[in-house]
Amino acid sequence: MSKETERKGWMGLLARAPAAEVHRLWSESGLTPDHAYLRAPEVGGVMVRGRAGATGAAFNLGEMTVTRCALQLGDGRVGHGYVQGRDKRHATQAALIDALMQGAEAAMIRAQILTPLTEAETTRRQTRAARAAATKVDFFTLVRGED
Amino acid sequence: MYVAVKGGERAIDNAHAWLAEERRGDTTIAELTVAQIREQLSLAVNRVMAEGSLYDPDLAALAIKQARGDLIEAIFLIRAYRTTLPRFGASHPVETAAMRCDRRISATFKDAPGGQVLGPTFDYTHRLLDFKLAAEGETPAAPTATPTPGPTPHIMGYLDREGLIQQENPSDTTPPDLTREPMQLPASRALRLQALTRGDEGFILSLAYSTQRGYARNHAFVGELRIGAVAVEMDIPELGFAIELGEITLTECETVNQFKGSKTEPPQFTRGYGLVFGQTERKAIAMALVDRALRWRELGEEDQGAPAQDEEFVLMHADNIQATGFLEHIKLPHYVDFQSELELVRKLRREAEGAAHREAAE
Repeated sequence: MSKETERKGWMGLLARAPAAEVHRLWSESGLTPDHAYLRAPEVGGVMVRGRAGATGAAFNLGEMTVTRCALQLGDGRVGHGYVQGRDKRHATQAALIDALMQGAEAAMIRAQILTPLTEAETTRRQTRAARAAATKVDFFTLVRGED
Repeated sequence: MYVAVKGGERAIDNAHAWLAEERRGDTTIAELTVAQIREQLSLAVNRVMAEGSLYDPDLAALAIKQARGDLIEAIFLIRAYRTTLPRFGASHPVETAAMRCDRRISATFKDAPGGQVLGPTFDYTHRLLDFKLAAEGETPAAPTATPTPGPTPHIMGYLDREGLIQQENPSDTTPPDLTREPMQLPASRALRLQALTRGDEGFILSLAYSTQRGYARNHAFVGELRIGAVAVEMDIPELGFAIELGEITLTECETVNQFKGSKTEPPQFTRGYGLVFGQTERKAIAMALVDRALRWRELGEEDQGAPAQDEEFVLMHADNIQATGFLEHIKLPHYVDFQSELELVRKLRREAEGAAHREAAE
């Protein structure tokens, strides 16, 4: 997996994760790195697009709230956070994790934060998928006699 | 002449204080939390997000609480909030083919690959009031089964392979945005879809129903209806690549309509498309029907003069915030306007009476 693909992976995971879960795992990690904001946490909107007929021309569906932030650690590493919703702390913690993932702390962060977040997301998805699967229709044909 | 009048401040303040008290209702009853609204009135939350044109369940729930359950007022609050947000950019078009479906049904193919998945639907309920809900009690866990891995294919893809359905031409041209530029008519399909997805559910539903009753004959089949979660991805310039910003629930409806063919097109099926924020099935089906009706010109069909074919009529009246703003403003003070009308009618009356007197004298 390329570095870029890996980074996309954890940034997306942090964006999708519930803010409370990220906060709990971050607090438990005990990390308090020095950092300075390059872009203070900011709430904004992103226009979500769809395609006519699912595959045709793009159209504007509506906006979603997103919070973003950029920061630099004392050692110069830069982290970006883009998360769904309006939680500034969530965006800051995502940016801190992004920055730390680019150095020696990566293995520890993966074990203590990213892996639990991935597992929780997988469980959430499987729980819904399993309920959906139980509502799948099994058709059967009644025997219709000629007389 | 425009005359400013002062003096309403105290009455307004007191009215708002009473509004807050009435909103709270009987204080011996527990107060609703925003989280309760978000979790337990989720279809109202979905409607407010769809028509407020902003995906944020917590904000929509707050708006519903503030609006005392008046959904159009809640949508108004969301629209007003939306205008305060800086726009970070636009996402890649969402991949509904990769949707993690809670529900996915087809009215055209019984044995659609991926199956008929009912999801948490009101369909097949008996619409009898359930008095058990009036009592507190535990909800039993829903049954589970082993899901089929991988994405559920779009049913239209199968008709497409046979060439029996009108093709959609993929394009990433930047679509027009009616929140940024005033609506231009005639509108492109992209602009129409934006207006329809945020349009009033009741208005779109009635127009769609009118097409079913024969005002623009377009017999529609629901080729596919799916509800579920899709990822939203956007290019981040400072990173130089795209990342996922989150995940949203959408309802998508694709209709199949028969089409006799035209000078340039062979007989085939045509499509109507609905895509709406949240679990909003009635709206998505209605949107697909109205989308299809509005496509008469590009498909070389006859203009039957039906309301649902009239682009200007549909697009200019679909927005419930524009509609309610204009409608409700007439209850606000028009004292001076009315004073001049009163003067005019009195003058006309005097003239008419004067003329009658003169005639009688002659």
